[in-house]
Amino acid sequence: MSKAMVVDDSKAIRMILSKTLAEFGYEVCEAANGREALVVFEREKDSISLVLVDWNMPQMDGLEFVKELRADPRHSSVILMMVTTETEVEQMVRALEAGANEYVMKPFTKEIIADKLRMLGVVQ
Amino acid sequence: MPLSNAPAAVGINPESYRFLQDYVYRESGIVLDGDKQYLLEARLTPILRQRQLASLNDLCALLQATAEAPLKRQVVEAMTTHETFFFREAAQFDALRTTVLPELIQLHQDTQKLAFWSAASSFGQEAYTLAMLLLEMGLGGWKIQILGTDLSTQAVERARAGKYLQIEVNRGLPAAYLVKYFTRVGLDWQLKDEVRKMVRYEAMDLRQSMRTLGPFDIVFCRNVLIYFDIESKKKILTELRGTLFRGGYLLLGGSETTLNLANEFERKMFGPAAFYRAP
Repeated sequence: MSKAMVVDDSKAIRMILSKTLAEFGYEVCEAANGREALVVFEREKDSISLVLVDWNMPQMDGLEFVKELRADPRHSSVILMMVTTETEVEQMVRALEAGANEYVMKPFTKEIIADKLRMLGVVQ
Repeated sequence: MPLSNAPAAVGINPESYRFLQDYVYRESGIVLDGDKQYLLEARLTPILRQRQLASLNDLCALLQATAEAPLKRQVVEAMTTHETFFFREAAQFDALRTTVLPELIQLHQDTQKLAFWSAASSFGQEAYTLAMLLLEMGLGGWKIQILGTDLSTQAVERARAGKYLQIEVNRGLPAAYLVKYFTRVGLDWQLKDEVRKMVRYEAMDLRQSMRTLGPFDIVFCRNVLIYFDIESKKKILTELRGTLFRGGYLLLGGSETTLNLANEFERKMFGPAAFYRAP
């Protein structure tokens, strides 16, 4: 079973996204900020192949997390999708340049997430 | 047209339901089965509110009594405008990018001309998806003709404007395309002129003659035929075939087929995506 991680400081958002990913057959783990997500990543020993990550979180934000993860060549194939309230073009460009593969603006629907995942080729 | 199973629905009596079935069929060719009262309520309630009418029965009475063209058009458009989104049925666009368009580019290298038709263009996402794809493939310098048509004049106007809500650009459109081809205007997203000017939109009823159109390399007629009866489907497919170059492709929705309707088309699979090749 493929493993995914949802990183968001909102428990409700984590629940919604985890449920969607589970419906696509993913085993899902969660983290409440970027720092915690990096710890989970180390613990899971490179088994996570997909991460949905918020931008604005305490301790370490999503953009920093993306940069940190991409700085490690072991994680170059991990699919990173930002799911955030940031809707400025400049922010999107920053996220994509930092190494995010895709970007979803909140509010989102299950269909929006599913279509993006299909587009990324990670679900049927 | 089928008038069976007219329901005793809340908000609409069987006579009014039959009237609307007949009316929508006559004006658009679209068949409303006997179990679509939820659709009528969802689509027509805004008109009831706007006109301060108490029920769908009142709307039917008004339609029968009035010669008011804007109301008639408003009802037909409400019933015939359908959801769409950028890169809908992504496998077809993948096949276009990786196989079909490269073949066409090779074929038309001498003239550098390509022609496309989005035959039920709705709010424009399909035609603009194609336009962006062509730009990404480096065809900005080619003579590209993309026609978008829809029965709804309101949809045509929206498509021409190229302005979309956040929820519309959030679905299906890769973020890289969004930042490259759109500008944020308040809460909306405006498609850049570079893309907008590649597509020409017109109002058109698919039941009318298509003899003046084309020839096209590819015609998109996706998720439309499902709303027509068999005779209308056959007639539309015959007309569509006449607009295609020999060897041109027709693209249908994932649940649609030419089988038993227009068998002269050759079904070609590109991965999971079906394309229908004109003889």
